[in-house]
Amino acid sequence: MWFTLAEHAVITAGEHDTGHGDHHTSTGLSNNKLGMWLFLGSECLLFGGLISTYMLYRGRVGEGPRPSQVFDIPFTSVSSFVLLMSSLTMVLAVSAAHKGDDRNTNLWVTITALLGATFVGGQVYEFTAFYNEGMGFTTSLFSSSFYVLTGFHGVHVTVGIIMLMSIVGIMKRSKTPGSKAETVEMIGLYWHFVDVVWIIIFTLIYLVPA
Amino acid sequence: MTTETHSSTEHGMSNAGYVKIALILAAITALEVATYYVDFGPLFMPALMIMMVVKFVVVVSYFMHLKFDNKLFTWVFYAGLFLALGVYAVALATFHFFS
Repeated sequence: MWFTLAEHAVITAGEHDTGHGDHHTSTGLSNNKLGMWLFLGSECLLFGGLISTYMLYRGRVGEGPRPSQVFDIPFTSVSSFVLLMSSLTMVLAVSAAHKGDDRNTNLWVTITALLGATFVGGQVYEFTAFYNEGMGFTTSLFSSSFYVLTGFHGVHVTVGIIMLMSIVGIMKRSKTPGSKAETVEMIGLYWHFVDVVWIIIFTLIYLVPA
Repeated sequence: MTTETHSSTEHGMSNAGYVKIALILAAITALEVATYYVDFGPLFMPALMIMMVVKFVVVVSYFMHLKFDNKLFTWVFYAGLFLALGVYAVALATFHFFS
């Protein structure tokens, strides 16, 4: 069901997908792109709320473990690096899409999805390790706010992976090379946003001591 | 080569340029992680915040193409971002977070 919904969204976004300037709209800009930037602007408010809540509650550990006792900085640093490199592969996919090079677009998009899956896998491992160390969802205000914030981010990455795999499937069925350039660009914007949110989370949540 | 140049001007940078940006971002991340292990004294927080902001702006400007795109997109995105910063700064101040 998720795949179908994501695929529908991707197809709708790319209905008039030229991949180049010249948009017959009142602004002269792509409505899809403007809509995506508006959505990302609103996402700042969502993640701003979650990060603020965590900042307020990070010292409220109750009987549970403190952040410094559970965080594994080397492991999370590697995860952050993986997500950062997925931004590079995504921008290379967008670049290839604008050149009408569907083969390389598919290659870079697939690598991006794999790097994203590695990041999510790392997050699942991290959550499991925290749980085994006695940090459950309801253990403390710190643990609840931490799981909600990083969990929401993980869900965003997962949705991004679904969109990436959907566009690979759609492009394989497409008969016109480069016809999905704008759709790839929209998914790229979403993916980079997920990366910049992690840049903030990694610094404020993991590196700044509570 | 012609295609590359055309693509670079219309959609941002060359692929080599993107790789250079990614290497810079990786180097900044390594520096950020170093602050966790090395004592930077009073410079710790300002350095960490500056590096975070630099990484954010670089990704948004170059990977998301805001630097090369129509300025309306920049306004739309940063309006949301600064609205969030303002709203949550006030919210945190209400809970005496900064005192």
